[in-house]
Amino acid sequence: METTATSHHAPPQGFLRKYVFSLDHKVIGKQYLDLALVAVVIGMVLSWLMRFHLGFPTTAVPGLGKLAPTAAAGGVITPELYLALMTMHGTIMVFFVLTTAPFAGFGNFVLPIQVGAEDMAFPRFNMMSFWVTFVAFLVLVAAFFVPEGPPISGWTAYAPLSAIGKDAGPGLGTGQTLWAVSIALFCVGQLLGALNFIATTLDLRTKGMTLMRMPLSTWAWFITSVIGLIAFSVLLPACILLILDRVAGTSFFIPGGLVVSDRLQPHSGGSPLLWQHLFWFFGHPEVYIAILPGFGIVSHILPVFARKPLLGPKVVLICLIAIAFLSYTVWGHHMFLSGMNPLSATLFSVPTLVITIPATIVVLLWIGTVYGARMRFTTPALFCLGFISVFVSGGISGFFLAQPSIDTYLHGTYFVVGHFHFVMGVAAMFGIFAGVYFWFPKMYGRMMNDKLGKLHFTLTLIGVYCVFMPMHYLGLAGNVRRYSTFTDDYMKGSLPLHRFITIAALFTGAVQLIFFYNLIHSRLRGAKAPDNPWQATSLEWSTSSPPPFDNFGGHHPVVTHGPNEYGVKGPTGDYIMQASSDQPVTS
Amino acid sequence: MSELEMPMALGHGAALEESPFGIESKKLVMWLFIVADAATFGALLFCYGYLRVASANWVKPFAFFPTILNGVIMTAVLLTSSLTMLMAVGTAQSGRRAASVRWLGATALLGIVFASLHLREWFSLIAEGWSPSTNPMGGSVLFGGTFFGITGLHLLHVICGVVAIAVIAIGFRRGRLDARHVEITGLYWHFVDLVWMFVFPLVYLMNVR
Repeated sequence: METTATSHHAPPQGFLRKYVFSLDHKVIGKQYLDLALVAVVIGMVLSWLMRFHLGFPTTAVPGLGKLAPTAAAGGVITPELYLALMTMHGTIMVFFVLTTAPFAGFGNFVLPIQVGAEDMAFPRFNMMSFWVTFVAFLVLVAAFFVPEGPPISGWTAYAPLSAIGKDAGPGLGTGQTLWAVSIALFCVGQLLGALNFIATTLDLRTKGMTLMRMPLSTWAWFITSVIGLIAFSVLLPACILLILDRVAGTSFFIPGGLVVSDRLQPHSGGSPLLWQHLFWFFGHPEVYIAILPGFGIVSHILPVFARKPLLGPKVVLICLIAIAFLSYTVWGHHMFLSGMNPLSATLFSVPTLVITIPATIVVLLWIGTVYGARMRFTTPALFCLGFISVFVSGGISGFFLAQPSIDTYLHGTYFVVGHFHFVMGVAAMFGIFAGVYFWFPKMYGRMMNDKLGKLHFTLTLIGVYCVFMPMHYLGLAGNVRRYSTFTDDYMKGSLPLHRFITIAALFTGAVQLIFFYNLIHSRLRGAKAPDNPWQATSLEWSTSSPPPFDNFGGHHPVVTHGPNEYGVKGPTGDYIMQASSDQPVTS
Repeated sequence: MSELEMPMALGHGAALEESPFGIESKKLVMWLFIVADAATFGALLFCYGYLRVASANWVKPFAFFPTILNGVIMTAVLLTSSLTMLMAVGTAQSGRRAASVRWLGATALLGIVFASLHLREWFSLIAEGWSPSTNPMGGSVLFGGTFFGITGLHLLHVICGVVAIAVIAIGFRRGRLDARHVEITGLYWHFVDLVWMFVFPLVYLMNVR
């Protein structure tokens, strides 16, 4: 067997090599998670500003008038600024939080250890992947500081407004160009990551780690990589075409005879729908890039705390693969309102309904795993249960939205906002939280505070339900989305509910301070973590906390068991580790 | 968990589980890159088809002479370069290092010929007034955008390929690289050739007046 791709690099010396330009997958994973942490704070503050304005449309935000004297004169958010906040919130959250943390972050740290490898197959690609993503983030954030501010075209950057430049509105000049460059760079970074994940999973598994013995978390990262490999390869040229339309005068996405800001645009012949097709061909799989790692994390963690084997692990695996495949056939359901042929709307509706079947089966298997179990209600376990709760709550509205006749009414309303925040945003966040509480001891060698964790979970769960559940009612009542205020006679009735949501959102945001405190405090002062604090079976728990530079200290573990051996008579308790006896590596 | 507790024979010395495809990581990653790159070209060709169908005033600017004749020569050159690459891989694998380096040189040379013919064609089109955003014949401006976009990306691949082949040939001659590197570069080169087999009929032959 060829092992040339294994790193065999020596532990680095010096601060820069060790912590900044590190080739170590563990450091890169932590870097990705730290990047996501910075991004999520920015994204959350942006959402607070939006929510504040929706709830209190005439009240000035303290200090904002000084920060943005033109966009928010006197501190009251203008519609343009609202759209800019919305665009940046969506872009930062979807790309730099929901993709980087569960996929690139945890995947990088855990995947190589879970398969028993020393490092990723291509450590240099791995380092490049992070730094390209980091530059992409800087380019995006730079949009805040250019004269006209960030773009206002939404995270989907719909053409033609995103393609024609300054005339379309503030921020659609330089800001939108920065957006497109940032996303193109992001695609490159994630493609490098996906190549690495696939190669590592297939080629660097330690002896005995057959494909069917891999934990489902590793399977989920692997499947996510395969999705990302195709999705980002399509978004990349789409972004380049968008940049060409903006800077080189081409007309890929711009139709002829378009008059914007009283100026006939010097373009002709292109199709705005083409952008939507390309974007959503990436965009729908992107939803699964965000959520499948969460599926994997829950499938991996739940049995640990249920002290029972996961029900039907093979069925879960088949469902994950089915979801990955189907995710490429449903993108048109984002375009029911776009003027697409109604016949093709039906065509996209069917796989959209079909994809709910594997998702439902997985949820039922999780519930079946918990059923009758003597649960250990630790913080990660609670976040797994919370994941199931919000995923079901958000997923159920998907059945409605999958049908063009109903979606025609609901698509432009808060119903969709509530739906995707639950199913993609909050569920994925709960997966991330479960992962952080679960793997923190392995990452930093210290335990997180469980009491604070439980408090964080309880308040967050209440908070997110107060924020996103009422949005479904707003949507049913016809409350359109993307508007900055609802003060006219027609929508005035929705204001009290918006106010409630705003207060709940500010509350939920404040609750996250508990998490940040716990994170920082535990990193410095947390109780020392044993090697296997959760009595789990997978390989990352058979090495020290934190693992040595080469993960297993000169050994390759030899795997003799599957990852799912709970509720059995083992040597040290009711479980059997995957590597019950290590053997030294001779080569 | 009976299904997972199967007895297994532990191999001695080997620390890793067999790869399901039985190939090393570098070759696997080249295949994965090809999959991703195929999706990128596929997206661009989809754009071209979509815009072409959506345009009522699409123009077909090419005549048999000089464009198609030039294109046929370019195709022949690129196909021949695949053949020389095949010889380079074959000789490298049978240990004939000098012969392999010569074949690699021939491949790179044919790549340069292809790129030169392509650039000459580009410049003559640009001289006629074509560009990614203009169309001297009237009608849809999208021919220029899609033509320069798709062939430009392909040309970029050819140029990168020539550079890669040169680097690999030098490394291989000095013994720093082995036959596997030649083979993996060959995979890339054949893929670039394969893409042209889609570009030539779709972008050239379908646009003959």
